[in-house]
Amino acid sequence: MTTMTLNDTTLDVDAEGYLQKPEQWTPAIGEAIAREMGVTMTDRHWVVCNFMRERYLTTGSAPSIRSLGKESGVPIKELYELFPRGPAKYASRIAGIPKPHGCI
Amino acid sequence: MDKVSIIVSKGSLEGVYPGLILANGARMEGIEVNLFFTFFGMDAINKAKYEHLKVATVGNPGLGIPTMVGGLPGMSALVTHQMEKKMEALDIPPIPEFVTMIADSGAKLYACKASVDMFDLSRSDFIDEIEGIITVGDFYRMADGGQIIFT
Repeated sequence: MTTMTLNDTTLDVDAEGYLQKPEQWTPAIGEAIAREMGVTMTDRHWVVCNFMRERYLTTGSAPSIRSLGKESGVPIKELYELFPRGPAKYASRIAGIPKPHGCI
Repeated sequence: MDKVSIIVSKGSLEGVYPGLILANGARMEGIEVNLFFTFFGMDAINKAKYEHLKVATVGNPGLGIPTMVGGLPGMSALVTHQMEKKMEALDIPPIPEFVTMIADSGAKLYACKASVDMFDLSRSDFIDEIEGIITVGDFYRMADGGQIIFT
């Protein structure tokens, strides 16, 4: 495991920059990760990231893109407008949880 | 990879899903996607048919069902039902929902002109989500600069 320093905090991350210990995350760190990825966070971005984080913390895995579209309150079309380079990938990295493993 | 163009040529349930999963997965990675439905693959975007795609239980050795048994009435419906249950458990959507989801994700869906002419179909036979009916030449122009996958 490698580490990265953001906002003067040392974070455990994988090779792609996903946090490996969600408890090291704070909203400010989420903002900093988003900035690094070129995403300007809005309330709608936060709806997605908070949903992903909450789902991961309660179930132990990130939601599929299907349930993200159905249950987060942000439909598929908007998900891709918010995160054109991949909603599940980007939102989970910003939300400070490991990379989703599913194919869907 | 920046762009992928996926051809769906088969109309069985197990013939359609791989192309759709590849398309959805590509969009999830931020890759641009064209989906080209040809021959029986067009059933996946045919309004009257796309809810009723079935697993082929004859001529499908991977299933492990003897051909004579696979041909019994109701066999295809039964195996299809089992597979659909399994897929739902894995959060893989049914074909109609999946196709809409993929279109909403920004993938472009097309029907093949030669097949449309052969089966006497028209634009109104297809779901609203498709961009149009295009020729092979159009497809190659669209696919230019990316990868092509045939399923």
